[in-house]
Amino acid sequence: MTAPRPISLTVNGERLKGEALPRMLLVDFLRDVLGKTGTHVGCEHGVCGACTVIVDGMATRSCLMFAVQAQGVEILTVEGLADGEALHPLQKLFSEHRALQCGFCTPGMLMTAIDLVENNNSLSEDDIKIGMSAALCRCTGYEGIIKAVTSYAEQVYDKPARGKENNG
Amino acid sequence: MADTMPSYIGRSVTRREDNRLIMGEGSFVGDIKLEGMLHVAIVRSQLAHASIEGVNLDAARNVKGAVLALSGADLKDVLPPISGMQVTAPKTWRDGMDPQIEIPDQALMPYDKLRYVGEPYALVVAENRYIAEDAAELIDGQFKPLSPVVSAEAARVEGAALVHEHLPGNVAASLHAKTGEGATALELAPHRLKRRYYHHRYAAMPMECRGVIAEFDSRTGGITVWSSTQVVHWVRREVANALDMPEERVRVIAPDVGGGFGGKGHVYPEDILVAYLAKKLGRPVKWLEDRHEHLLNAAHSRDNLFDIEVGFDDEGKISAIKNYFIVDSGAYSPVGAAIAGNSIAHFMGPYDIPHYEADCKVMMTNRTPNAPYRGAGRPEVAFAMERSIDLVANELGIDPAEVRFRNMIQPEQMPYAVGLPYRDGVMIEYDSGDYPEALRKALEGIGGLEAFRKRQKVALAEGLYLGLGIGCYVEGTGIGPFEGATVKIDSSGKVMVATGACPQGQGHETAFAQVAADIWGVKMEDVVVTLADTSHVTMGYGTIASRSAVTASGAIQKSSDKVKEKVFAIAANILEASESDLELRGGSVGVKGVPEMSVTLKEVANAAQPGWMHQRPEGVDAGLEDTAYYEPPTVTWAYAANAAIVEIEVETGEIKIEKYVEVHDAGTLINPGIADGQVKGGLVQGIGGALFEELRYDENGQLMTGSFIDYLLPTASDVPPIDVIHSETPSPRNAFGFKGLGEGGAIAPPAVVANGVCDALRPFGAELNSTPVRAEEVLGIIERGTRVSE
Amino acid sequence: MKPPPLDICTPTAVSEALSLLSEYGTDARLLAGGQSLVPLLNFRLSRPEILIDLNRVAGLSFIKDIGDHLEIGAMTREREIENNDLIGEHAPLLQEATTYIAHLPIRSRGTIGGSLANADPAAEYPAVALALDFVFVAQSVRGERKIKATEFFEDILTTTLQPDEILTKIIVPKIPNNSGTAFVEIARRHGDFALAGAAAQISFKNHHPYEARLSVCGAGPTAIRLLAAEKMILRDGVSQNSIKAAAAAASAAADPMADPHASTSYRRRLIGVVVSRAIAKAAERAGENR
Repeated sequence: MTAPRPISLTVNGERLKGEALPRMLLVDFLRDVLGKTGTHVGCEHGVCGACTVIVDGMATRSCLMFAVQAQGVEILTVEGLADGEALHPLQKLFSEHRALQCGFCTPGMLMTAIDLVENNNSLSEDDIKIGMSAALCRCTGYEGIIKAVTSYAEQVYDKPARGKENNG
Repeated sequence: MADTMPSYIGRSVTRREDNRLIMGEGSFVGDIKLEGMLHVAIVRSQLAHASIEGVNLDAARNVKGAVLALSGADLKDVLPPISGMQVTAPKTWRDGMDPQIEIPDQALMPYDKLRYVGEPYALVVAENRYIAEDAAELIDGQFKPLSPVVSAEAARVEGAALVHEHLPGNVAASLHAKTGEGATALELAPHRLKRRYYHHRYAAMPMECRGVIAEFDSRTGGITVWSSTQVVHWVRREVANALDMPEERVRVIAPDVGGGFGGKGHVYPEDILVAYLAKKLGRPVKWLEDRHEHLLNAAHSRDNLFDIEVGFDDEGKISAIKNYFIVDSGAYSPVGAAIAGNSIAHFMGPYDIPHYEADCKVMMTNRTPNAPYRGAGRPEVAFAMERSIDLVANELGIDPAEVRFRNMIQPEQMPYAVGLPYRDGVMIEYDSGDYPEALRKALEGIGGLEAFRKRQKVALAEGLYLGLGIGCYVEGTGIGPFEGATVKIDSSGKVMVATGACPQGQGHETAFAQVAADIWGVKMEDVVVTLADTSHVTMGYGTIASRSAVTASGAIQKSSDKVKEKVFAIAANILEASESDLELRGGSVGVKGVPEMSVTLKEVANAAQPGWMHQRPEGVDAGLEDTAYYEPPTVTWAYAANAAIVEIEVETGEIKIEKYVEVHDAGTLINPGIADGQVKGGLVQGIGGALFEELRYDENGQLMTGSFIDYLLPTASDVPPIDVIHSETPSPRNAFGFKGLGEGGAIAPPAVVANGVCDALRPFGAELNSTPVRAEEVLGIIERGTRVSE
Repeated sequence: MKPPPLDICTPTAVSEALSLLSEYGTDARLLAGGQSLVPLLNFRLSRPEILIDLNRVAGLSFIKDIGDHLEIGAMTREREIENNDLIGEHAPLLQEATTYIAHLPIRSRGTIGGSLANADPAAEYPAVALALDFVFVAQSVRGERKIKATEFFEDILTTTLQPDEILTKIIVPKIPNNSGTAFVEIARRHGDFALAGAAAQISFKNHHPYEARLSVCGAGPTAIRLLAAEKMILRDGVSQNSIKAAAAAASAAADPMADPHASTSYRRRLIGVVVSRAIAKAAERAGENR
């Protein structure tokens, strides 16, 4: 029987510690050990995207990583987007454009979108549709999601790189 | 309605739900953590049909961290099965449908026989899910495989194995209905057309799988159940019944629910098993369904095979339809014959057809049980009816749009009696709407019929295949039997509303706050809405069947009316005015035309209290609270017309939808933005059903599409350009004018896509009469085809 | 489902990883990007006792220009390959193929070595490896071995890597001047496993192809190099007729498997379509539009 291993990592800018058996998935570690239940489990086979978080700057399926692999990494989850009560611009746009209904896919959708927009210099409508096809939504039919992400991309690309808000 | 406050109904108010959900602070069943909580893993059948010789739990019990292991044998005399009839059928409906219904009860975990791959037969409770699964793997079952019944057609074959021994011929229900002369009228029709259609098996597939937590309180003898469900009051009833507890001691809450679409619209064995385990173990117990389990065991839907015959004249006017169909209901049918009843009732859609005869057999097979999924019987018949209309048009060389106009019920014919009872037992009468206008608008939306036909001809000459697909339907919505609401004004002066509706993304917290705010003339912020909690509304029904806008609003209104009576009586007393001189205004009650003479609702609430300081007039009891049950007289009829242009990729047969337009009428809309999202979401689900989603079984009854690698949901890059045009013909059946709209979007797309593809392939004279519509078949048609007509 | 009980070793040097692999043998599996392996573990379809995590092994993630070829470390992320300028300039076919691999979040973790060693019949990289004649470098406690792409892919999910070998480096020949490349794929939805995919790189001299590299994936147990089709292009140049003939040759060479998504005959048909499109596009990009 393997023993639990200590893991220390940075989540949403905060240094956190926890323990996990080697086989514990990162998503379960985030949710059940660190108590960050905003990231959701939808399929456990890497397809639906509900578990998507940003690991060292890149959108990653947390159901396909083990917790022990996250030693020393920097993770951004949905809980790290708002600044206190102040919503992240993309969160505001999601509500404005009705990009959510039940909200279950939303955290993964947000993280997927942030990675997509912030790691590109420009995105066509097709790029956005293809990029967002990485995460499944069953409620909205995607129209609001595409509109919100498109608006966000416009916001991000219009600003000079130096002046870009540090929103993770 | 008060006139000093802005009216909320009809406004696309930002949703209250959004904030916590976009911050990741939603509370889904999986997010709830209780002290000492244990976790369940369920062992599910890997055989489609087998008798259970024995289940050995010893090894499982010995796993470190495993607390309990049980199999069906342990529950045999302990927990009753779930009733096969979770949805009741009124006598008047039964009289009209002549049903022979023998829906089998479903054991929570069988001890004798396994009837579908995925059926639960044992479980382990352990310290965490990982360990529970380790132990579950060690459960050793001995089974004797039986011959599996792998389809509805196979179930009908003489000598086929019996899924349930007491159901001869594997028929769980048999329905029959007739209007006019029924099928005999076909003999008088100048032309007849006979076809077989198949609408395949697919499912709701919400992003959140199911889940149940239960906690027993030994101090009160009560149990709290959190379930990702659409029907908290049904769950309460079944749990109370199974555990032999008064309903009052069972509290069921649906927290945030990540989609349902019907798939969570009935009671499942796990709802009861988890409650039982919590009571037995004296510790909270949690079960979360994983996706593979969900694909195997959460209800599947559709899966109907139709043999249709249509009688029509030279003008394409349809006089008679014979609709014989069989439903592959899997091994159980949780809502009885309700879906089939819907199918029979909705078949004729918006068309004026005097003679109709329907005969249906709900078949038991060794597949996952069949229960409602968005549309619940309507997409199936929309497919059969709308394909038939196109084929009638083909026969006569008339445009399919024109054939529809010739058959549609005209607005002057409203209300229009169909001659069949609805599921609520009331004879169907379409109450309002302009079906031809909806179709005209839909055709306009795709650029006009004539313009398209010209374009189509030009394209054909260039070797391009464009097609127009049309699909029209009507939808009975807002069904009873009832919904409950409790309205209270407490000492804060705020309006507290609780109702039995159970949202899974429909924005109820917002919508019902809008309705209540308008009823009371207050600001939305002063309305508190509680949903999906049995302790807040004594009796409720739940959110299925596109019913909550109508029924919950109706209950809120009814309950508010009672409370208003008291409010006015007490305010009149305080103001020394006559009740008839009073009006609600902006959170207060005041004398009309006299701004300074008013009291706030807060003051009235305090004045209403029992005790020495009250200011109630003689005969008025204390408190501002009422619970009311709204029992709608019958359903109210939403409808839509859909039109889409499809293009066939000639090299591969792939289908591209160039544009999809839906003109949708659900009466007065509470929140147009929410309504729009509901229709579009349903529409994309419908496209999923038309082109991508399929639950396939092999000849041994094994599900071949057991993961998201194989069960394909539409993604953002699969969605065509969509226009939804909302028309609002107020319902005459309730004071608000609301009709239901949760399901509508999902009803027509399979018919529309199939019709569009067939229209594009008209030169080949080919037909596609089953779903999903496959690129491979389309390519085959093009490759084999020498064109037979232009 | 949750993974079965297992342990994870996290070596930081190749030598350490090799000794672990040698020690544990078939009780162990190598964990690269995990995008194919972890789903299997989550379904409990694979039950190794030990995972040897390669993600912290130094010196396995790099893209280097070695003059007449590139060298890519086996643990280089697909996402990096997608965005890398050296790849864009010298191996554009590899870069384009990368964009078809699932979705960006998968490519954040997925590695080129992992994809090649996994050898999924529908995967893009093995087709590119065959088309461009990659050479693989494998290491074990017994030493280093170079394996040609044509000798690497054996069967469905099976390569000629020995159980104690780790793929450490991939040698990628640079694209010649006056060449055009194209990767074309047909899938049910964007990012799904290919129903059929084709890789093409055609190099021209005096407007006639002197080198034609064609391969397909989703065409059988392994990706296939289309030697007969290549010969046709070299002989007849790129024209409507030669493309048609090459496509037919490709369909004939394919031995696709049926699954819930497509029958054998349909896949065969699609092979022809993607090959035609890939050849035409590659020629167009080389500026040789006919």
